[in-house]
Amino acid sequence: MQVTNKLTPFFENLNFERDDNTMVINFGPQHPSAHGQLRLVLELDGELVVKAYPDIGYLHRGIEKMGENMTYNEFLPTTDRLDYIASTANNYAYALAVEKLLDIQAPRRAQVIRTMLLELNRIISHLFFLATHALDVGAMSVFLYAFREREFAMDLMEDYCGARLTHSAVRIGGVPLDLPAGWLENLSKFLAKLPEEIQTYEDLLTENRIWKMRLEDVGVLAPEEALSWGCTGPMLRGSGIKYDIRKEEPYELYGELDFDIPVADTNDSYGRYRLYMEEMKQSARIIKQLIPMYAKTEPQLMAHAPKYISAPKEEIMTQNYALMQHFVLVTQGMRPPKGEVYAPTESPKGELGFYIKSEGEPYAYRLKCRAPSFFHTGLLQELLVGTYLADVVTIIGSTNIVFGEVDR
Amino acid sequence: MAQHQVNYASAAGLPIALTTVDHLVNWGRSNSLWPLTYGLACCAIEMMASGASRYDFDRLGTIFRASPRQADVMVLAGTLSKKHAEFARRLYDQMAEPKWVISMGSCANTGGMFNTYATVQGVDRIIPVDIYLPGCAPRPETLQYAMMMLQKKIRRESADMKKNTKQRIV
Repeated sequence: MQVTNKLTPFFENLNFERDDNTMVINFGPQHPSAHGQLRLVLELDGELVVKAYPDIGYLHRGIEKMGENMTYNEFLPTTDRLDYIASTANNYAYALAVEKLLDIQAPRRAQVIRTMLLELNRIISHLFFLATHALDVGAMSVFLYAFREREFAMDLMEDYCGARLTHSAVRIGGVPLDLPAGWLENLSKFLAKLPEEIQTYEDLLTENRIWKMRLEDVGVLAPEEALSWGCTGPMLRGSGIKYDIRKEEPYELYGELDFDIPVADTNDSYGRYRLYMEEMKQSARIIKQLIPMYAKTEPQLMAHAPKYISAPKEEIMTQNYALMQHFVLVTQGMRPPKGEVYAPTESPKGELGFYIKSEGEPYAYRLKCRAPSFFHTGLLQELLVGTYLADVVTIIGSTNIVFGEVDR
Repeated sequence: MAQHQVNYASAAGLPIALTTVDHLVNWGRSNSLWPLTYGLACCAIEMMASGASRYDFDRLGTIFRASPRQADVMVLAGTLSKKHAEFARRLYDQMAEPKWVISMGSCANTGGMFNTYATVQGVDRIIPVDIYLPGCAPRPETLQYAMMMLQKKIRRESADMKKNTKQRIV
């Protein structure tokens, strides 16, 4: 029996020898397929999972609390570390919530750039899903191919904002930079190559006998269950429910763009895999529509709201009032009006939204992040029961959870 | 390794290389560093990228192993929370000697931006660290460079671990 203390909570004192012929095993927190720091306490009858208990909190960093002790602009880089596979999606969700609170709108060019970056991040995230999912199931070559392609997408992100992983490419009120010269050409080249690469992955996997055996009818999630567990994103659409926030409550430019919401009706991991592949193609389709839109926009990048957002650098350097505003905003932070706000966005993993309660001070009174992976982790205790131990890895891979945003 | 000029014709046709035990053992150790797949947070993604196609860690003899029993190097990639600290220490203890630790990223070095109630302010509070690797997140090139620095360090060490003066927390 372990001694209970702060670090080892009570439920770790599980009795590992049972009379009922079941065995309790620990899966994680260090497991190559645990997608970070998931710890599962599994009760097994032979190889069959009888009970699954996901234990989270191994990556708890107190991000929400940090948000309450930082000014709004200071907190933005911290959101990178939530879902670190698609950082821009987090930056954007946070920026959108603050913008809703301030009641400002980003200028058109910033919107085009943001939408491009969001969809590029979706491609990066889905490629990462494919790579890790395939690696967990045992297809090493797909991991290498998908990472190769992902590096090209990351190069584009790096050209734009200078970072590979933690972008902070979206600011409250707009974007910090215009697209560098030649970026759109590189993006077009990447998009031209992407369908070919997706075809390679599909050739390797879709009709692959082993892949089908491992994925088909594994992790079956009925539509009612998906709804009652609060699933969103590919997990919900993988169960045949056509729900995408980009269509339901269009934000940014999604209302103007033409794209489809793919749905899988097989409810299993294989259906979700097909869904991810289809979503990548749709993202590419969205970016292709955005490229000509960019040229038609005015060069303004940040919203004009002197109370909340600093003027452009040229004005700060030449006009005294703009300099004063900038000084106050940098030293004290912006003071949004009182009120509370929640803005949902469709991150690559599902509904990601920030809830902010403001008391009119430079710090949020309460900041809450509604992360999709959190709900999908809770789902594991239902989804894993009745499956074999070997399928546990497939199901975890298929839910595509990231622990930065589960534990926060 | 000291390569001597050998007249192959006179030495029964056998190539001979003279060296010391230290050099030979360290040559083996430094060229097959097997890290543990121990992803903690964001840096783990960059660690995976270093193992993947573009950065290709295999050419340095670096192959990720899933079990601490088979690993030589522990790359602590990411934020270590207080809840996880116990496991990190347990995994370190499970690794067989000789073992080395790379602390990857600001969070692992000093706690980084997460100066909160939940995070360990530097992994060196629980395990001895050989290489500190700055960045948030460090690029894969940085991890490769750290691996090469570690190789250099190993080549300087004595093959007999008892002679090395590294501080080990018991």
